[in-house]
Amino acid sequence: MTAAIPTPTTAPPPEERRRRAPLRGRLGDQAFAWALLAPAFVVLIAFTHYPIIRSAWSSAHSRRGDLSAVQYETLVNDPVFWQVLRNNLWFALGTVPTSMALAILMAVWVNGKLRGKGFVRLAYFTPTILPMVAVASIWLFFFSPGVGPINGLLGAVGLPTRNWLGDPDTVLPALMVMMIWKQAGFFMIFYLAGLQNMSPELEEASTLEGASRWYHFRRVTFPLLMPTTLFVFVVAVTDAFKIIDHLFIMTGGGPNNASNLLLFYIYDTAFTFFDPNYAGALTMALVVILGLAAVIQFTVLERRVHYR
Amino acid sequence: MSARPRTLALAAALSSGALVLAACGGDDGGSGDGTAELTMYYPVAVGGPLTDVVDDLIATCTEQHEGITVEAVYSGTYADTMTKAQTASRSDQGPDLAVLLTTDLYTLIDNGLIVPLSDVDDDLSWTEDRFYPAYLASGEAEGELWSLPFQRSTIVQYHNKEIYEQAGLDPEAPPTTWAELEEQAKTIQDEGAAEYGVEIPSTQFGNWMFQAMAIQSGVADTAGVDGIASYLDDPASVEALEWWKGMADDGLMPSGTTEWASTPDDFLAGRTGIMWHTTGNLTNVKSNADFEFGVSMLPANTQPGSPTGGGNLYIFDRGDEGTREAAYTIAQCLTEPEMAAEWSMESGYVATGPEAWETDTMAQYAEEFPQAAVARDQLEVAVGETTTHENGRVSQAINDSIAAVLTGQAEPQDALTQLQSDIDGILAQYQG
Repeated sequence: MTAAIPTPTTAPPPEERRRRAPLRGRLGDQAFAWALLAPAFVVLIAFTHYPIIRSAWSSAHSRRGDLSAVQYETLVNDPVFWQVLRNNLWFALGTVPTSMALAILMAVWVNGKLRGKGFVRLAYFTPTILPMVAVASIWLFFFSPGVGPINGLLGAVGLPTRNWLGDPDTVLPALMVMMIWKQAGFFMIFYLAGLQNMSPELEEASTLEGASRWYHFRRVTFPLLMPTTLFVFVVAVTDAFKIIDHLFIMTGGGPNNASNLLLFYIYDTAFTFFDPNYAGALTMALVVILGLAAVIQFTVLERRVHYR
Repeated sequence: MSARPRTLALAAALSSGALVLAACGGDDGGSGDGTAELTMYYPVAVGGPLTDVVDDLIATCTEQHEGITVEAVYSGTYADTMTKAQTASRSDQGPDLAVLLTTDLYTLIDNGLIVPLSDVDDDLSWTEDRFYPAYLASGEAEGELWSLPFQRSTIVQYHNKEIYEQAGLDPEAPPTTWAELEEQAKTIQDEGAAEYGVEIPSTQFGNWMFQAMAIQSGVADTAGVDGIASYLDDPASVEALEWWKGMADDGLMPSGTTEWASTPDDFLAGRTGIMWHTTGNLTNVKSNADFEFGVSMLPANTQPGSPTGGGNLYIFDRGDEGTREAAYTIAQCLTEPEMAAEWSMESGYVATGPEAWETDTMAQYAEEFPQAAVARDQLEVAVGETTTHENGRVSQAINDSIAAVLTGQAEPQDALTQLQSDIDGILAQYQG
C-alpha cells in the first residue's frame, strides 16, 4: 500500500490527488495484487477446490441423478469400505513410526564422523530416487513364491517359506516393509538437514558437563529436531493414505481386499466400476480423514514444537 | 512501480486462464462425405510386439478404403482401455472404434456409449458365415448384435512333456477328467519332477477359471441371462470351488492365491507340470519354452467345457452417421479371414471363424503347430464368458470370494451363498 501514500516531493496538487489516489492508485493496486495471485488461484481452483466441490456434489446424488443421501448410506453399510479403512490405518500405524525412527537413526549415524559417509548417505537415499513402480516390481520379485530371494533365504536357513502376497495375513505387513524401505531414506534427508543446522557448541557443552550421548540426544538433539519431526510426520501420514502405485503392480488390493487401501478403492469404484457418485462419497471420507489428521497434527503437536 | 510489470502480470493471469479453457475445449475429426478420420483404441493383453502388427492390419484396411484414416491408439490393458474410452467419451473425445472385453457389453450399453450394428447395416447375415456362433453370441444383447469378434480366446491346458517323461507319465496323454488331473499332478510331485503338479491362476481372471470349472460340473447359464448372473450358489458351483480348494489343500498347487501373470513364468521355469491359461499366451509359451509342451482341452468333471474370452470391436456412439459407417467398414475389414488369420498367428488369439482357418497360411500353420487348433476344437463345448450389468463390480466380487476361499478365510458353501446374495444386490436395479 506504499504506492498510495505519495511522498511530498512528487505529490500532485490536492484536488488531483483526491481524484487519482482512490481511482487509479488504490484500484490499480488491488488489480495488481489479484493479477499476481491469479495464476496460483487458477491452478488451485481448477485442480483442488473445483474437484473437491464436484466430488461433494456428485456424492450427494443417486446414480439416476436425483439429490439423495443414498451414497453415504451405502458407504456406512459397505463392509469393503470399513475393511479398506482399517487396512489404511494399520498401514499408517505400521509404516509411519518405524520409518521415522529409522530415518533419525540413519541421519544421526551418517552425520557423525564416518569413513565413506557420502557413500552411505547415497546408499540410504537410493530407494527414494527409484520410481514407485520400479520399486514395486523389484519387491514383487523379492516376495514371489519359488523364485523370490526372500523365500530362498528362509528356505536356506530351514525356515518355512510363504506365499507372502497371496496370503491375507502377510500381504499388508509385506507391503509395509517395502514402504518403510522406500520412505526412510527420504525422511533421513530432512533429519540430516536438521542435524547439520545444529550448532556444534551444544555437543561440546554436553561433553563438558559430562552428559552421556544418549542423554544429549534425548534432551538436546531430539527436542531441537521437533520442527523437522512435525514436518516429516505430516508428510508420512499423508503418504500412507496417498501412495497406492505399488498396489497396481503387486496385489491389485487382493487377496480378497486384504491389501486394499482407501485411494485404490476410490480408483476402482470410479474407473473399474464406473460409479462416480459412490467414488465421490468415498473421496469425501478421505478428505475428512486427512483434514482431521492435519488439524490434530497442527493443533495438538505444534504446541510441543519449539521453533528457534 | 512502472506499468510494465503490471501489464506482464495481467497478461500472465489472462494466459493462465486461457490455458485452462484451452485444455477444456476440444476438436474433432470426421464428416459425412465419404472421408473420415477415426480414432481406434486397442489394448494388448498378451506378450510380444503386437502394436506393429495392429498398425500393419490398419494400414492394409485404410489402403483398401480410401478416404478413411485411422489413428490407432495403443491404450494399455483391457481395464486401462475401458477406463480411457469411458472417460474420454464423457468429454466427447472418445474413440470411434475400440477393442474391449466382450464382458463389458452391458456396461457399455447401460452408459449409452455404443451403437447396435443394425443402426449402421440392415443386413448382418454375413456375420453368421464369418464367425463361430460361440464368439458371435457374446456380442448379442437385447435382441441386437453390438460387436464383432476380434481377439478371442478360451482357456486351455498346457503341459510340460519333459516333466511328464521324468514322472513316468505318457506325455501324449494329458488329463481329460478332473480325476486324471489330480492323479497326474500327484504323480508329478511324488516323482519330484516339478514343485507343483498344476497351477490355475486365481487373481485378475480367477472368475474366468471358476466359470470353466462350473461349466465342467454341469452348471447351466454361466454366461448370464440378460446381463444377470445367478449360477454362483448352484450346488455344482459349490462342488467346483471345493475341488479347487481341495487341490490347494493337498499341495498339488500353490497355497493361497496364484498370480495370473506369474503362472506362465512358473510353467516356463518348469515349476509346474500343468497350467490352465488363456490361448492368448500360446505364442509367448511357444517362443520362450525350452522344452516340448502340449496343449489340450480342459478336463471334464461331468462334461468338458470352457468359457470364451477376449475382446470384440465396438462402434462408439459419436452422433455422426458418416463416422459410424467408416468405423463399421474398418471393423468389417479387420475381421476378414486373411486378417483374422494373420492376427491369430502373430498373437496366439484364436482365429474367429471357419473361413479364417481355411486360408492357406492358417491351414499350414495349424499343421505345423497343431497346439493352435486345440482352442478351435474346444469351441464346440465353449460357453460365453459371464457377462453382466455392472461387470467390473460383479467380477471383482467373484474374485474376492474365490480369494477368500483359497486363502482359508471362508468355506466354499458360505462364500458362494454370500456372493450370490451380494451379486443379487448389485444387480437388483436391472432385474425384471
